[in-house]
Formats: sequence, structure tokens, C-alpha cells
Amino acid sequence: MEFSELIKTATVESVLLAGTGLPAVRGTLCITSHHLLLSSCPGGDGQPGTVELWLLIRNVDAVEKRLAGSSGTITLRCKDLKVLQLEIPGMEECLNIASSIEALSSVDSVMMMYPFFYRPQDLRLEEGWHLFPLEQYFQKIAAQTNQWRLSDLNRDFTTCPTYPAGVIVPAAVSDDTLRRAARFRQGGRFPVLSYYHPRNGTVMLRSSQPLTGPNRKRCPEDEVLLGTVLDEGERGFIIDTRSAQAAKQARMTGGGTEPKSSYPQWKRLHRPLERGRPLQESFIKLVEACNDASLSMDRWLSRLESCRWLSHVKAALSTACLAAQCLDREEASVLVHGAEGTDTTLLVTALAQVILDPGCRTMVGFQGLLEREWIEAGHPFHLRCARSAYSHARLKQEAPLFLLFLDCVWQLSRQFPFSLEFGESLLLALFDNAYASDYGTFLCNNEKERCLCKVKENTHSLWAWLNQPEEKKKYLNPLYSHNPLVIWPSVEPQSIQLWQGLFFRWIRPSQYLEEARAEMQRLVEAKEAPAKESAGSRLSRSLSDPAARTENER
Amino acid sequence: MEHIRTTKVEQVKLLDRFSTSNKSLTGTLYLTATHLLFIDSSRRETWILHHHIAAVEKLPLTTSGCPLVIQCKNFRIVHFVVPRERDCHDVYNSLLQLSRTAKYEELYAFSYNPKQNESEQVKGWQLIDLAEEYKRMGVPNDYWQLSDANRDYKICETYPRDLYVPRTASKPIIVGSSKFRSKGRFPVLSYYHKDKKAAICRCSQPLSGFSARCLEDEHMLQAISKANPSNRYMYVMDTRPKLNAMANRAAGKGYENEDNYSNIRFQFVGIENIHVMRSSLQKLLEVSGTKGLSVNDFLSGLESSGWLRHIKAVLDAAVFLVKAIAVESASVLVHCSDGWDRTSQVCSLGALLLDSYYRTIKGFMVLIEKDWISFGHKFSDRCCQLDGDPKEISPVFTQFLESVWNLMEQFPQAFEYNEAFLLQIHEHVHSCQFGNFLGNCQKEREELKLKEKTYSLWPFLLDEQKKYQNPLYSPDFSPELTLLEPNTVSFNFKFWRNMYHQFDRSMHPRQSVYDLIMNMSEQNKQLEKDIKELEAKIKQKNGQPDAVILKEHQQSAHPAPVALKTPPCFKKEQPLIPVNDAVRTIEGSNTADNRYSEFMEEFSKAEPAVVSLEYGVARMTC
Repeated sequence: MEFSELIKTATVESVLLAGTGLPAVRGTLCITSHHLLLSSCPGGDGQPGTVELWLLIRNVDAVEKRLAGSSGTITLRCKDLKVLQLEIPGMEECLNIASSIEALSSVDSVMMMYPFFYRPQDLRLEEGWHLFPLEQYFQKIAAQTNQWRLSDLNRDFTTCPTYPAGVIVPAAVSDDTLRRAARFRQGGRFPVLSYYHPRNGTVMLRSSQPLTGPNRKRCPEDEVLLGTVLDEGERGFIIDTRSAQAAKQARMTGGGTEPKSSYPQWKRLHRPLERGRPLQESFIKLVEACNDASLSMDRWLSRLESCRWLSHVKAALSTACLAAQCLDREEASVLVHGAEGTDTTLLVTALAQVILDPGCRTMVGFQGLLEREWIEAGHPFHLRCARSAYSHARLKQEAPLFLLFLDCVWQLSRQFPFSLEFGESLLLALFDNAYASDYGTFLCNNEKERCLCKVKENTHSLWAWLNQPEEKKKYLNPLYSHNPLVIWPSVEPQSIQLWQGLFFRWIRPSQYLEEARAEMQRLVEAKEAPAKESAGSRLSRSLSDPAARTENER
Repeated sequence: MEHIRTTKVEQVKLLDRFSTSNKSLTGTLYLTATHLLFIDSSRRETWILHHHIAAVEKLPLTTSGCPLVIQCKNFRIVHFVVPRERDCHDVYNSLLQLSRTAKYEELYAFSYNPKQNESEQVKGWQLIDLAEEYKRMGVPNDYWQLSDANRDYKICETYPRDLYVPRTASKPIIVGSSKFRSKGRFPVLSYYHKDKKAAICRCSQPLSGFSARCLEDEHMLQAISKANPSNRYMYVMDTRPKLNAMANRAAGKGYENEDNYSNIRFQFVGIENIHVMRSSLQKLLEVSGTKGLSVNDFLSGLESSGWLRHIKAVLDAAVFLVKAIAVESASVLVHCSDGWDRTSQVCSLGALLLDSYYRTIKGFMVLIEKDWISFGHKFSDRCCQLDGDPKEISPVFTQFLESVWNLMEQFPQAFEYNEAFLLQIHEHVHSCQFGNFLGNCQKEREELKLKEKTYSLWPFLLDEQKKYQNPLYSPDFSPELTLLEPNTVSFNFKFWRNMYHQFDRSMHPRQSVYDLIMNMSEQNKQLEKDIKELEAKIKQKNGQPDAVILKEHQQSAHPAPVALKTPPCFKKEQPLIPVNDAVRTIEGSNTADNRYSEFMEEFSKAEPAVVSLEYGVARMTC
């Protein structure tokens, strides 16, 4: 396929661009394989125009066109929730542009996506891809216990196609047993270690549902695997992210849950979390409501209620807190799973780690967490983030689980404003990049696919870009100060807020809020400057002066 | 004192309001002449002023004792369990008596003695000078003058003595107009906008009925519009819903007929009356007080209470008023029925949006003194200071504070004061500890000799203004300098958790940004000062050993910890965490304080009883 075939009209003159809260500009619109550009020509004659718009076409979620007379208006609704309007003179051009954008934005082949073409000058291709090796993570655990080992039984992705090559498993369980246990779990996702709690040595495991089926099949290897985790007399908790009813029903389709009789040491807790289509619809409804500024107070509140997004936030936070509580307070190990073990499971395990582990609340630690618990753990980003809240396309596998995770982290950052090293801007950047990106980090659905597509060889890593000193500064929380404690959030409805910075990012004027943020930054820097540097240097300067003089006098 | 039947009850349990597992603290309950005091086993004190008590309720006897629920006007709700029913009954009856006061003279303000001498007391009352304030606005001037018509409260009992009216409004016009206005509250100046030469005026509804006219009143309005050289017409804002205003016509009251008044533009803005507001707040509190509340129940409860809709209506009205003045340079006359509730809200918020002075700490005090206290907002009735008609109670002033809070959320740098300032004012509007808010109007206050017998709140707030400063405040915020143009789209209005749950610490953010920033900017100033001093010293001590200097520097770099304990007679006994420790102590960060622990009963093991506060500190030290 050639991109040029999809581009029917490459440039149009005198296009008017308008977005909410921005002054309209007129300029030349230009479509390339991956971008939509609009440059205005201030002087007119031969002067280089200023680029007013540089939009990754992959970011376009929906294209709407309206024709009036000889011109037409195209509304572009983007995955990052921005809405842009292009007024295009000429009906044919308008139709051509619209269909070109539509075609280019729905190219589904991973290898055709922009990250494979993007070559920034100041980054090297291999940079950032091996920042968080599992070996390193495992070494930290191995320093404290010899109960766990790093297994490479999945090096060719045959045991579990959605797991990475390396997984951490009980030291006492052989690869052979694991292979058999894997056959008893949906998609081969057998229980693996997700988090080791250094305070008391308890662990959090994750897996997919067991394939008990209607006949209550058992698997001795799976039982051994889970049995090994607990010492005699110890109790563990299985947090099933489905309702008891749903878990039971899953038996009819071959799935199910761990029966008490076969796993006597494990107690099951059901905490139903929304997933899949209902969650995507919740997201769509919320964005719709946010974009309707004409809503009366009553309508707004009732739409906010009926979309249920905040209920999902509360449920996810509560479940993660429950898992964290089991580990930290009950001193009991936990296994988390839902059905496939790639969505709500990861939401809970990742969130619980942010709550428990101060290491995950740093800039680097959080990236490591995302890499380990979302990307390598096989959250199908390609499927889940194919479309965002505006798309008219028929919903397939889209679901904003990652966004829900980011929202929960944002709630934590609101309740513990000094405990996270990164700020809202990082969460926003992650949301944007998960849906449309210049970088390869969120491409594909799992490590196997990434290997096949040679993502790590042929695209740049988001982390490499984010971690450049100049760039990194933008994402840091100026108020951060290391907090070694567990951060238990309040999950009362009164404490849970709508994430205005995301859902109203392009809607509400944020000038005053940003100025306030800048002022806060200035105050903090001012504090650090005189306290640490200027005070020190100014004093030492004044101190060294007399010293120098005494030397001279001598 | 004769009401106190028992002064001390031991082994009383204080239940966690939201816990489903009946978590409680055990301690001793004391009754004093002014406060109810609970000291738990870890010596933490909970002070409740009798005047703050809105309702006391005895619930049916349980196995562990007799439950006593106390609801306060500052939205604190405490739930005690008293072991013996007799004691409970005594406490209940005592509180019932103590929280109901029949006479002003029995209020706390008359016995409260903050150890000020007489001249300090007098000076305190002189801190806010409204004559000075009108001068600041630029009146008297060519168009407006001070009228002595109400010198002796003869024309209007609920107005202040000093009133500003158009120069062209002669005494007969004033008298005539006042006879045509409900309670004699004729149109007078509330705020004068120097640059636009436009005025905010206020009054009560006209006694127009279906057809009555009053030439003097028509002249009065004409005088107001003529006092504005930049615009011929003026707006008349009736802040009530049209239906309510029309219903009033049947009682001989009503609203201005545009045909009878020349050059007026009449507008209804639809703020509901005190009764609707009272029951709206009631519903809001019912919802927010529910145990085990789901997000959807909360949101639908919030919606059906209508509370945020009312707040939006109040702010919308203020925005309308401000547009008339700032955009059209037109004067505006605001009224509702009696002109002391909705009118006060709209006039004061309008002025706050127009004039940055009211966004300073001192300016906000002036604004409250002017538009609320002097113009006769019935604080006594609305806040139920004396045992009276429950139908007169209404959270009108609370709504004003909440509107201001909403503005602070939208413009974080525009206000010199912070949320704590609003909360403290709210606290003292109900505490009856200071004289400012006692009574319903100035005449009544003079008769009570409040300035001699009680103290003014404002000097006390100014004394500790550091606590109320917004560290992000920038006085020259926004290029147009003064005008705030809030966006009143629905999603900008949020539930004010820190007001309605100010005592439910487990719901609050666990670390306070404001405290930290405030502390930092304090430290910055201190450090700058230190450096300057040290540089000076170094110059002096040239050649002397350096060790002393360095040591001194280290010491001053660590500001002394803020005093933990404050006398409860003035400050709330809220757990004041030293700001320095805000990072260290993660308050309420206990799984048991949060409701995800509900399932805990399933566990065989007992719930961990460690309170995280200690827990956190303990772990920090090792």
C-alpha cells in the first residue's frame, strides 16, 4: 500500500482553522502520509509561513463534514479529545480532504504507523528500550528472598503468547509444572509475580481465570503453583474482578474461578469492575456531557451520574486499596484476576503498587511500572486504544482501561499532592501517546507482536524522549518530596473528583489555573534556590572574601 | 449554669460518623457553661460551642448504651454513645437548654473576654470604617451625597444611619419612596464604580400591587439613572423568580412596571427564596451524611438537592449585574422581597467581581460589614442565634461564601485570602462569640451596646492573617486589573467538601498544598532576611572565625514549629498539624478510616487498630 494512493488532494489554499478557545487562522492546508499541516502566511509573498497546526493523522478519531454552497467545513475530533474545525473553500477539495483523513487515520497496519517513520535527530533508536529490564527488578526481590526465580520458559512466547519472555515464579515450581498450569489458564496466563511487598514478604500475583469449565475441571499443577506461594497455615486472597455471578457464568464458556475445595488456603473476594464495551460507552457519554456547555446544573449532574465514570474510578480505587490492604495490613498474599487477565487485572495490580510502593511514585519508577504491569504484561493497547470517545466506527475491542488507571493515579495525586514525583502533565502525555504517538512504546498488543514487528529496533521509545532533561522538567511535580509510607486514599464519593485537566483540557479556559501553577513552581524554585544554592554560594562568597584577605595578610 | 445537670460523664464513646464497623474512641465528656468537651483516651480534645449546636437527638437505646447525635451549624456531626441512659438524658436536656438562648445578653459574646483592654476594644471596633469605604469608592461626589434622612432610624429601621443617595433625590422623594417600598427599604447606594460612574443600588420590592404607583419612587429611580452621566437607562434586577414576584402582587407588593418608570430595563434573575434554600441545604446534608454512599447516589442526591443550581443562580445574577456596569456603564438597582437576603448576595458578589479591593483580607471584611451587616441581613434570624422561628433560618450567607469559594477555584491568584478565611468567618457567624453578627440590624446592635459589651471579630482575624493568606495571590492579577469574569458553566461548580465535611478529616486530601506553599514562601522570606543579616554580620565580623556564623545560619533555616495547642476559646480545635510535618504525617491514612475495609468483618484477624498518624511517625523515625 502506498500512502499517496490515499491522499486525494494534498494541499488546499486559504483554509480557515478554528478550535475552541483559539483565534481562527487562515492558511494553506497540507496532507502528508502521517500529518495534517496548516501554515499561515503572514506576509504573503514568499515568506515562510508559521505552522499553526501539526496534527498526527492517527490522532483523528472522527471526521465530520458539512457542505454549504461551494465550501465545506470539516470537524476533526481527535483522540486526545481536542476538536478542530477546517473551513475549506471548494466542495470537491473538502470531500477529498475528508476522505483522505479518514483513510489515513484508519490504517490499521502497525508497521505503517508513524513511529516506524519518525526519526528525531537528538535521539538514538535503541535509547530507552532497555531502561527497565526485568532482571533488575528481579534482583531487588532476590536480595530479600530466595523464594522466587526468574524463568525464561516463555522466551519464544509459546507457553503464553501475551506474556513477556521472562516471568517471576516461585522458585520451587519447575518450568514443566508451569507449562501444565498454563494450559489450565485462559490464554496461558498462569499466576506470576506482580509485586513483592518488602515490608512483610507478601506477594501480589496475577493471572487469567482458570479453565474449570462446566465440569469443574481441576489442575494439580495450578494448585501446586498457588499452594507453594503460601506457607502452611497461611491464608491468601483471590481478588476476582468479576461478580460472583459473572464468574459462575464464565464456567459455561470454559472459564470459571478457583473453587474453595481445590484451593483451601485461598479465600475468594469478588469485586466487580466494569470493562469492555460498557466502559467505553461510559467514556463516550462522559465526553459528550463535558462538551455540552449548555447543560443546566441539573442536566449536567444527571449526565455525570448516568455515564457512571466516577463510579468506575471509585470501584477501581477501592479494589486496588483492598489488594493493598490485604498485603500491607492483613499480611496475606493476593492473586488478582478477572477473565483474560489483561485489563481490570492490570488496573488493580498496577494501582495497588502505586499505593504501596514509594518506588512506583517516582518518574522513573512509574515508567518502570507501566512497562512491567501494562506494556509487557500484555495489555492489548492496539485493540483497546484504537478509537477514542468520538469515533463513529462500530466499537470492537476498544476500552479505556488505561485511561481509567491514569484517572485513578490522578485522584491519588490530588489526595497526596507531594507524594508523586510527576504531575498531571505526565498523565496527560501518557494518555495522548497511548492513543496516538510518534513513539513505539504503546504499539501492538503484547511483547510477541512487538518482536514480530521489530518495534524496539525500528521505532523510538517514548521514555527516551520523556527523560531528556529539558523535557522531563515539564512533567515533574514541583512539590514532590519522598514519602516512604503507603498512601491510602479516601474513596468516598465526596473525595472523588472529575479529572477536569483531561476532560476539559480543550474546553475550559485554563489560563488562570496555569498561571497559578507557574506561580507555585516559581515559589518552590525560589525556595530551593536561596536555600540551597544562592544562600550557600552567596555566603561562601562573602566568607571566602575575608579568608582570602587573611591569607594575603599573612 | 443552672441548666447543667451533669458536668462530667466517663466512658463515653465517640463513633466515627462514616464507619460501618462502629469504630469508636472512648473518653470523657465534659459540660461547661459555654462548651461541650470530649477528651479521648489519647488526650485529643473535641470542643463544641453550645451556640454551634443546631440539633440534639437521642436515639433508641442500644446494647452499648444510649446514642446521642449532635448536629452543629458548622456542619460538624458527632455521634456519642453514653453508657447510662440517665447520664445521656441529663446531657441531652442540658444541651437542649444550653443551645437555646432566649436573650441576646446570654450569648457567648457577652461573657467572652479575650483579655483586651478598653482602648483595644474600641480600636477593634473602629477597624472597619464604612464612611472611609464610601470615600474610597469616590462618594460623596457631584452626583451622590450622604443623606441624613435615616439619622434616627425614622425612615427605615433596618437600614444603617448613613445612606448615600443621588443629590437630586430630595427628602420628600426619599420619604415618599420609602413609603412605597416594603419595610421602608428605599433605593440607596451600595457600590459606586468610579471609572464607569455607574452605581449598584439596593432596595426592597415596591408596594405596587396590581396597579399602584408612587411618583416619588419613580422620581427616585430617575434620580439614580440621572446620577450616571454615561448612560441614560438603568437596570432594575428583581432577583426573585418571576412567579414569586407576581404572587407578591396579590399581597399588595410586587415589582416595577416598566411603563411607569422611564428608562428602566427590568429583569428577573430567578434566585429562590429562603425556604427553598433551607430545604435544599437540608437535602444536601442528608445526602452527604449518608453512610456507605455510592457515587451515583451522591451525584443524584446532589442534583435533587438543587444546591449547586442555587449557587449557580446567585453567581449568574452577579455576573449579569457586573456586565451591566462594566460593559454598558449602566447603573443597576437590585431588589428581592425585603432586600436583605438575595439582594445582599447579588450586590456583594457584584462588587467583589468589579473591585479587587474586596478580594483582599481587609476588603472582604469591609464588604461583609457593608452589604451584609449594615444593610440589615438578619443574621440573628437566619443563623438562629436566639431560640426563634425555625422558618426564618436560611443559609443565605453560607451561599455567599460558597460563591466566593467557587470564584477562588476559578481564579487561584485573584484573592488575598484563602479557603480557611471563609471557613473561619462561617464559624464565627454562628459562634456568637463576637459582636459583629449579633442581631438583625444596626439599630438593634446599638440598643444592645455591642461595641461596649462585646468584641469585634475582625482584629482577631487580622492578627492571625498569616493563616488566611493565599500564597499564590498576586495583587496585579489580570491585565484589566480589577474585573473578574467567571465562567458559570455548570461543570465549574463543585461540591464544597471542605465546608460540608470540614470535620470529616478522613475525606480530605491527605497533604495540603496551601500549607506547604505558604510555608515555603514564609521560609523564602525568612531565608532572604537571614542572608541579608548574615551578609551584614560578615561584613562586620570580617576576619573572625566562621563557625558561629554558620551555626546561626543553620538554626534560622529551621523555623520554629508552629504551636500545636491553641486556646479553644477562639480557634477551632481542629487537629492543627504543624505545617512542617504536612509531608510526614499522612493523616487519616489508615485503611480503617476508609470504606474499602468494610469487608474486614470477614477476616478472622482483628482489624489493625493502629492509628496511622502515630504509625506514620513511628515508621518515619526508624
